Amino acid sequence: MYPIPWLALFLAAALFCLGMFGVLVRRNALVVFMCVELMLNAANLTFLAFARMRGDNIGHISAFFVIAVAAAEAAVGLAIVIAVFRSRGSVNIEDLKTMKH
Amino acid sequence: MSIEHILFGAFAVLTLLSAALVIFAKSPISSAMALVSTFFFLAGVYVLLWAHTVAALQVLVYAGAIMVLFLFVIMLLNLGDETPSARMTFSRLLGGGSAVGLLAVLAIALNRVPKDVASLGAGEQQTFGTLKTVGQAIFSTWLLPFEAVSLLLLVAMVGAVVVAKSRI
Repeated sequence: MYPIPWLALFLAAALFCLGMFGVLVRRNALVVFMCVELMLNAANLTFLAFARMRGDNIGHISAFFVIAVAAAEAAVGLAIVIAVFRSRGSVNIEDLKTMKH
Repeated sequence: MSIEHILFGAFAVLTLLSAALVIFAKSPISSAMALVSTFFFLAGVYVLLWAHTVAALQVLVYAGAIMVLFLFVIMLLNLGDETPSARMTFSRLLGGGSAVGLLAVLAIALNRVPKDVASLGAGEQQTFGTLKTVGQAIFSTWLLPFEAVSLLLLVAMVGAVVVAKSRI
């Protein structure tokens, strides 16, 4: 029987790839943000799995900081989404091509 | 097969299912609801990894605060269902291919990780991952990063208000 922390690494990899697929495929900026949160959670899961395997709590502290930074990122990112929606009337990221060369 | 493995399997399957629902749901509200359930199932996995404190933080901060923010913005913007466009197929194929490729590479790399898990003594089993040990480490060794993060949250709060208020 494989140990749970080792299996959790594969769960984290699958979750990260799902999140990356969502970021690449979806066109709604809010759903793209949600998929970024999925990827951050996959990173957290990896931290916690390695913390359990090593038997120390540095991974827990890293996960704590990742959660705090994710909260800041979500606040600023959603504010940007609101500002873009106000000026353009859409959150579809294909409509936002002002910075295209 | 131990009860932990059964629970882990159940949580893992449910996590991946609800994460897939986040991506494939039509309306942003359904995506947000699926994301909430993903966070809850992940908190279950965290408990199985003995990370009780982070599991509680996951429910409080992610499933609580961040998801409220998401739902608030979705309802503020009054978004409808996304209309699927036909010319997405190539980028979908490309995205799916790169995701599967990354998963394959990660699986090969993770397969080489040694499977031995540190065995904790009786004293460590009592304290591993609890609020006391994690809090002691944060407020002694990691005090400066902790203060930096609190400053970051303050800056993010001010920045969010400024960005959302004025017109770009």
